[in-house]
Amino acid sequence: MQIMMNGEAMEVDDNFSINQLVEKLELMNKRIAIELNCEIVPRSQFHAVRLKAGDCVEVVQAIGGG
Amino acid sequence: MSDTFTLDGKVYQSRLLVGTGKYRDMAETQQAVAASGAEIVTVAVRRSNIGQNPDEPNILEVLPPDKYTILPNTAFCYTADEAVRTCRLAREMLDGHDLVKLEVLGDKKTLFPDVLETLKAAEILVKDGFKVMVYTSDDPLVAKQLEEIGCVAVMPLAAPIGSGLGIRNPYNIRMIIENAQVPIIVDAGVGTASDAAIAMELGCDGVLMNTAIAEAKNPVLMASAMKKGIEAGREAYLAGRMPKRLYASASSPIDGTFF
Repeated sequence: MQIMMNGEAMEVDDNFSINQLVEKLELMNKRIAIELNCEIVPRSQFHAVRLKAGDCVEVVQAIGGG
Repeated sequence: MSDTFTLDGKVYQSRLLVGTGKYRDMAETQQAVAASGAEIVTVAVRRSNIGQNPDEPNILEVLPPDKYTILPNTAFCYTADEAVRTCRLAREMLDGHDLVKLEVLGDKKTLFPDVLETLKAAEILVKDGFKVMVYTSDDPLVAKQLEEIGCVAVMPLAAPIGSGLGIRNPYNIRMIIENAQVPIIVDAGVGTASDAAIAMELGCDGVLMNTAIAEAKNPVLMASAMKKGIEAGREAYLAGRMPKRLYASASSPIDGTFF
């Protein structure tokens, strides 16, 4: 199925969990935060939350800024 | 002389807060921040680069949250909603750390704050438990409103972000300070060490800057100059300056002259 990942289309398996997505992106143990359809997904929920086709996922991190 | 600065219940030695943008690389960022003596550093929140430069160090590895107070900002947010979303993501990213720098911009050319959206965002964030340090215009009435909403610090601009023009309206900054019950931190517009000193002589609790250090020819040396400018300005403020006079007042006594 297709999801929108940081504004770009991405193919993932049906029933993919947020945790699987984080693994696929090689962001395990990184300081990131994730929004699913504009709602925060707490780290503790990464295993439990499953993606659906058309979901919008945002993965963010800190960068230099003033 | 012990002169500490308390923000949101935490005591700091340094009154200089620095941004971490516009540096050549992470090494320069780290060296400049170290030279500035800053204990509070701002960061921006952006989409993770997926698949690009996976080994690039993260800013939070270079400036670890156990050593620095990380202040996530809402730069480039033009609505209250965008700013609130950004703050919630930042809180999640930093394991519940809820101190944020709120800025809601109104215009791309001036980067002046959209005060109405800023007030709206501040209300939502304070109700949601955030400790809000808020970038705003140098309007004393708005500054007071933001304090009344419950912001932990009010941060009026000295001049447009990244302009380096110095304190454009010292009288407004003075009024904001005199009426405030929360720390007032000049945020944006400082260009060089004397600007930082002037801000502190006005009685500000601190100064937040980024471009003045990062765009100096030698950022690490400028960071050190800013640290001294802040300290000198603070001491001058505490010392209480002499009154200005139109005419001279001799420094040597007239008694005992032999001519």
